[in-house]
Amino acid sequence: MDWSQSLRLIAPEETLSIASLILLLVAAWGGDKAAKLISVLAVAALVAAGVLVAPALCGGAMGTETFAFYGQFKADAFASYAKVLIYISAAVSLVVAPKFFDRFNAMRAEYPVLVLLAAIGMGMMVSATNLITLYIGLEMNSLAAYVLAAFLRTDGRSAEAGLKYFVLGALASGILLYGMSLTYGFAGTTSFDGISASMAHGLSNGALFGLVFVFAGLAFKISAVPFHMWTPDVYEGAPTPVTTLFATAPKVAAMALTMRVAIEAFGDQAHAWQQIIVFAALASIVVGALGAIRQSNIKRLMAYSSINNVGFMLVGLAVATPQGISAMLFYLAIYVAMSVGGFAMILMLTDEHGNQVEDLSKMAGLSRTRPGLALGLAMIMFSLAGIPPMFGFWGKFLVFKAAVDGGMIALAALGFAASVIGAFYYLKVVKVMYFDEPADVVKGESDIWHKLILIGSCVVISPLGFFLTKWLGHLADTAAAALFTAL
Amino acid sequence: MIGVEHYVVVSSILFVLGVLGIFLNRKNVIVLLMAIELILLAVNLNLVAFSAALHDLTGQIFAMFVLTVAAGEAAVGLAILVIYFRGRGTIAVDDVNRMKG
Repeated sequence: MDWSQSLRLIAPEETLSIASLILLLVAAWGGDKAAKLISVLAVAALVAAGVLVAPALCGGAMGTETFAFYGQFKADAFASYAKVLIYISAAVSLVVAPKFFDRFNAMRAEYPVLVLLAAIGMGMMVSATNLITLYIGLEMNSLAAYVLAAFLRTDGRSAEAGLKYFVLGALASGILLYGMSLTYGFAGTTSFDGISASMAHGLSNGALFGLVFVFAGLAFKISAVPFHMWTPDVYEGAPTPVTTLFATAPKVAAMALTMRVAIEAFGDQAHAWQQIIVFAALASIVVGALGAIRQSNIKRLMAYSSINNVGFMLVGLAVATPQGISAMLFYLAIYVAMSVGGFAMILMLTDEHGNQVEDLSKMAGLSRTRPGLALGLAMIMFSLAGIPPMFGFWGKFLVFKAAVDGGMIALAALGFAASVIGAFYYLKVVKVMYFDEPADVVKGESDIWHKLILIGSCVVISPLGFFLTKWLGHLADTAAAALFTAL
Repeated sequence: MIGVEHYVVVSSILFVLGVLGIFLNRKNVIVLLMAIELILLAVNLNLVAFSAALHDLTGQIFAMFVLTVAAGEAAVGLAILVIYFRGRGTIAVDDVNRMKG
């Protein structure tokens, strides 16, 4: 293992790091006038990083040749799969931003740079094979994310969202870190392979404590119940382009990180964490669905919807088989497509003065005033609910199939029953748009980029998406296989 | 003789104090920042104690990283607190409630 090979393996991170540093200089000299240019260059850097990641993803890279820097970092097919989703989400959150921030005169040059820095951190999270790398990646993402949440400095809700996200995020990092310190103490090493080897013959009480704390910290980051309380407030308060990012990229990164920690570090002790994950999965599905019912703000509704979706994904992790992980990865890709479309949609809901319309009651009768928008949102809601012709159904189907094949029939049955509760509030949105008297508030002009993203995501989640199943399924299978070779 | 278990007990007490400080504190956001620092110090104490007991340097290197990140975290946290104060004119925890939840 020489340096040149290590540097080659982290090429996507290098690209993003160098790009973000250069763009920071451009921001320092160009000021906010250069914000648009910096956005374009940042998207280009993300695309370049995505291209650099592609060979490892398509070639199904796995095993020891993917280790960089003496096993601190791993650029395998699994990490590459997650990175592609992260880069796509980050690029979308850059593309949708200018129109939104221009209204507040707040399209600042720092925004694209912060998104790039967060993307580097998320890339490190999914590639980490050592507790130290994991922590650095996580904090790099979190510190940028706290600032992004409070980005609209003059808006009280944005500052409050930033403050809440910071306090609860720092608490989560503290809990995770305490778990890692115990794991280190009882395993004697910080590398995932070493932890796995030292726990092959059973788990001491101290190590069990460490494991529980680590999973509690990770549950915070993926906003699984019972650590979900920050999600609705942060999603509502943060500027909508930032919420688009929060709902997609960090979710993918934290989810992939949870999978890697669960399988690579604690894979031999699956019975110890399976009960935690089963509980978190069912509780997230139920609490996410029940919480969403009484929401009148569409961004809060999407927050509860994301909690609900995290529950379904965790069903795949609870099984702890390659099939379950593959189903989860597949679900993640569909979830990103649905969320991106949903938030592009929310950004397009503006009144005649260009103010954002977030209240559900003001969207009444949208089908008569803006039929295209209403159709797009209806498709996204049907897909989130997992109603068959839509692609969202396939993700849920794969996860439950993995649970049944893995012998967890009770979990699959309960999750399936609870998904019916979720259908209620998704259909409520459709009902408000199609059957209520028009409120005629949504009159604003839509940005071309928002339209393009909405159309793109609607194509993916429409029944046309089923043409992707073979290809996406193959990628998810190789990624899951790469995760399990370490065992 | 003071062994590693004594250090772990102290650090777990510090950790619990930090977590309680976040949940029971109803007065001031600055106290929340202090509670977070307390948690990170508990972690550092754990790492260094284990590192000495295991005769392994990794824990001390990890503690260095934690210290550095904690400094960055405090800077970002205080910056957010300043914008929050400018907008609201107060930093009492009970007033952080513009959004329900």
